[in-house]
Amino acid sequence: MQAGVQFDQLTEEEKHQHFMDRINRGEKIEADDWMPEDYRMSLIRLIAMHGISEIMGALPEKEWVPKAPSLHRKLAIMAKVQDEMGHGQLLLRVAEDLMAPLGKNREDIMQDLFAKRLKFHNVFHMEAPTWGDAGMIAWLVDGAAIISQSMMLDSSYGPYARALKRICAEEVFHAQHGESIILALAEGTPEQRKLLQDALNRWWPSLIMFFGPKSAKETGNSHADKNIMYKIRTKTNEELRQEFFTKYVPRIWALGLTIPDETIHFDEEQQLWIYKDVDWNEFKQIVSGNGPRSANRLDLRKRSYDNNAWVREALAAKKAI
Amino acid sequence: MNKETMKPEERQALVELLYQLADDDFILSFRGSEWLGLAPHIEEDVAFSSINQDMMGHASMYFRLLEELGEGDSDSIAHLRKPEQFRNAIILEEVNGPGTYLEKPDYDWAFAVVRNYFYAVAKQIRLESLRICSYEPLREAAKKILMEQYYHLMHWELWFKQLVTSTDEAKKRMTDAIQKVWKDFGGVLTLGPYYADIVKANLIEDEALLKKRWMNKMEAVFKEVGLDFPGAPRMERGNGRKGEHTSDLEGALSTLSEVYRANPAAGW
Ligand SMILES: [Fe+2]
Ligand SMILES: [Fe+2]
Repeated sequence: MQAGVQFDQLTEEEKHQHFMDRINRGEKIEADDWMPEDYRMSLIRLIAMHGISEIMGALPEKEWVPKAPSLHRKLAIMAKVQDEMGHGQLLLRVAEDLMAPLGKNREDIMQDLFAKRLKFHNVFHMEAPTWGDAGMIAWLVDGAAIISQSMMLDSSYGPYARALKRICAEEVFHAQHGESIILALAEGTPEQRKLLQDALNRWWPSLIMFFGPKSAKETGNSHADKNIMYKIRTKTNEELRQEFFTKYVPRIWALGLTIPDETIHFDEEQQLWIYKDVDWNEFKQIVSGNGPRSANRLDLRKRSYDNNAWVREALAAKKAI
Repeated sequence: MNKETMKPEERQALVELLYQLADDDFILSFRGSEWLGLAPHIEEDVAFSSINQDMMGHASMYFRLLEELGEGDSDSIAHLRKPEQFRNAIILEEVNGPGTYLEKPDYDWAFAVVRNYFYAVAKQIRLESLRICSYEPLREAAKKILMEQYYHLMHWELWFKQLVTSTDEAKKRMTDAIQKVWKDFGGVLTLGPYYADIVKANLIEDEALLKKRWMNKMEAVFKEVGLDFPGAPRMERGNGRKGEHTSDLEGALSTLSEVYRANPAAGW
């Protein structure tokens, strides 16, 4: 108790120092702990975006759930997409706890999404016109997500680190499910192989974009740098992208597929993958809600939100009794 | 009774019953999967998709039993039959509402709750009756399915009771949905043209008895929530057990088999 009283008497600056000492010692911050506003806002931005991306991320695959080409695939993709919604639910709860002191809740998250103030991952704004895309999403988008989420397993914010632990365990199954679809297509008929190659061609630039720009130069913000300072994350965007190449480029080649970038290769001297960069202006456009399927996917969410307003009212009325 | 010793009319009855059980779950699970991402809240999206996944699993257990009886490969049974070969009740194939699952879905949650709840009650009764089934593989399958079904029933019952006793608007929407479902729900409660053979082969109890159990349960629930009980549900648009269907089933089948049909011989 003594320590608590003393803490209240500290100046803001001293509290901040105390906080930084804690995270530098590797301690975990919990929802009710004192934290700088800046840290809270960084977490809300990151976790709400992650949570809503899981939920919006269910939509491209949703297109293929009813169409999955066997009973086994139907069951597998249903399970996968259900997991993604579950991830979204888990993360939004973490974000809601952080937002509560600001007087905000789930309703604000949804309104921010509809108003395009809350962004979601670039990949989920893209088209998924064939079954090949369903495989590509589960294999490479989930594969990329595993890489970027694993680095935050030791995040300084305890509730986020714990949610990620559960999420990453499930993501491994998703990538396996994707790989299994990809293998079936790769070993299949010429039409199936073409389906796969076309899907890779479509998804490659989005996968490069997935990890974000190399530095603040491209987008003019430094969220990534700040998150590293607060030990929310540990690696830069480019380090993650390089990890992705190291893991997946050889696998893609082993399947006999062509990466739509003739320049990509591993430079032994620099110990780096050299690749063709993407247009980061296009990235900005996409995540601002102007991607090829942004309007359709936002409409699905908004429409269900509006159509079900009476259900939320009915539930609230029952609760009030 | 087993595969080797059963008489032709017993086999026929068993196959008919299995198609009914399989297609009811298969088609309603398909309709449920179209709801994905569109449920009233995220928690429900997770729960609903888990239920649909279970139901798809149940359908696939029945399809495998049909495969063992020589009806063909379970994937082709599920994906390649013509609409008139399907044995599901018509009310289960009905679209979720205006729009498609990809564009402008104006789906009706009241209809989803009522249809799923009434079906869950009927399914529970059917599965309990299958405990005395003379065909052991079906008896065993029913036992497994019943374990999951219990949670589905609780889930839908909670939704039904909550909405029907809440705001005036909710009550109005729910009673509209009840009226709509009542017109065709009789189709779920029938065992179809082979009903006498099905009962004679001791596969399941008598149709009239199962129907009465469902009516008794619903009457009690209606009373509890203060609704007038409308009597026996009807079968206005035809009997799915005879292969009679609406264009909604054609739409469902062309969607769910689109990829598989591109090349049924290929590995997917
Ligand atoms: Fe996920
Ligand atoms: Fe995933």
